[in-house]
Amino acid sequence: MERNQTQSDGVQRMQAEEDRLRTLMLRGLTGDARAYQECLQGMGAHLRAFFKRRLASLPSEVEDLVQETLLALHNQRHTYQCDQPLTAWVHAIARYKLVDLFRARGRRDSLNDPLDDDLQVFASSDHDACDARRDLGRLLEQLPDHQRLPIVHMKLEGLSVIETAQATGMSESAVKVGVHRGLKALAALIGMKT
Amino acid sequence: MKTDDLIAMLANGVTAVDTHTARKRFQTALLLGGLGAMALVLTGYGLRHDLAQAALLPMFWAKFAFPLATAVLAVLLTARLAHPGMSSGKLWIMLPLPWIAIAAIAAWVLGNAAPAERIPLVLGQTWLSCAFSITYVSTPILIGMLWAAKGLAPTRPALTGACAGLASAASGAMVYALHCPELQAPFLAVWYTLGMLIPTVVGALVGSKLLRW
Repeated sequence: MERNQTQSDGVQRMQAEEDRLRTLMLRGLTGDARAYQECLQGMGAHLRAFFKRRLASLPSEVEDLVQETLLALHNQRHTYQCDQPLTAWVHAIARYKLVDLFRARGRRDSLNDPLDDDLQVFASSDHDACDARRDLGRLLEQLPDHQRLPIVHMKLEGLSVIETAQATGMSESAVKVGVHRGLKALAALIGMKT
Repeated sequence: MKTDDLIAMLANGVTAVDTHTARKRFQTALLLGGLGAMALVLTGYGLRHDLAQAALLPMFWAKFAFPLATAVLAVLLTARLAHPGMSSGKLWIMLPLPWIAIAAIAAWVLGNAAPAERIPLVLGQTWLSCAFSITYVSTPILIGMLWAAKGLAPTRPALTGACAGLASAASGAMVYALHCPELQAPFLAVWYTLGMLIPTVVGALVGSKLLRW
């Protein structure tokens, strides 16, 4: 009885978290930056707990993988279907990145972990971020100017599209494309490092 | 860079996202790819001369229905596979149904035919070239479908590529059918199917490399 009670509490908690993050995500998709940031923070904490459990033998990889997955979630956010549970979407991307890491490490045995049916990516969260080993700031410096400068001005310094266009001499649409493609290129650079 | 800084960076100045990206990409792929396939048929093969008369025969339309049903299912499967975490169980169950239907008609036709007619019913006049022609004609659609999937996030790249290949081959087979003189179910069940499988394998091989992200 007691155990069933605990389990159903857990299910309720996960559902509440799903509802909370999904609401934030939907607002983020309409351009609400504050809601989106809160959503990413929530997802980041869940991803950290999720990866820590599965990377017990590679603890130094956890924070890198959290960052890589967050970047992937951001770059692929147009593939989230509004009527779909956010859990399923986040889990599928987290699992893809985890399997990718195992493959890069040549640890085929780890693929046997029961990852498939475990949709409990929001079951626990962990706000205790270690430092990432790989510095995204360094990778950012490797991008060509037409991608790096829009990211630095818009995403790091918080300038608007127009201000960034003036600062760089690029057109406004080139600035937007530069941010978009630059973040994708950043994700690709991470993929080459692992 | 700390994770919180990354999150702040990603959220900073974030703009609204177009939630219809997938539909637009697949529409573009099928439209432009289909036009490309039509161009290949017109330049390389030509339409069948008796198209107007053939269009009166039920078998002419069955010849479209088989690849059409397969194409619809395969396009939907590709789209679902290109979205992380979407299930596609029912589509997998339905996918073989068009082939089972054409195979059942084929078996019935062969069963009613005299033994000496059976081999000609299967081979038709163009069995040697049919599968390769369908593969050739569907190439522009395959390129389009892979482009469409590449802009999304398939978590199973090879499988997604295979479905994109099947979708393009089935669509290409419909275009090729405007040229193809064959109208016998046994021919379609064997050679059209083979023609759809070649791009499926190509799609899986290309997809396993190209569709990673």
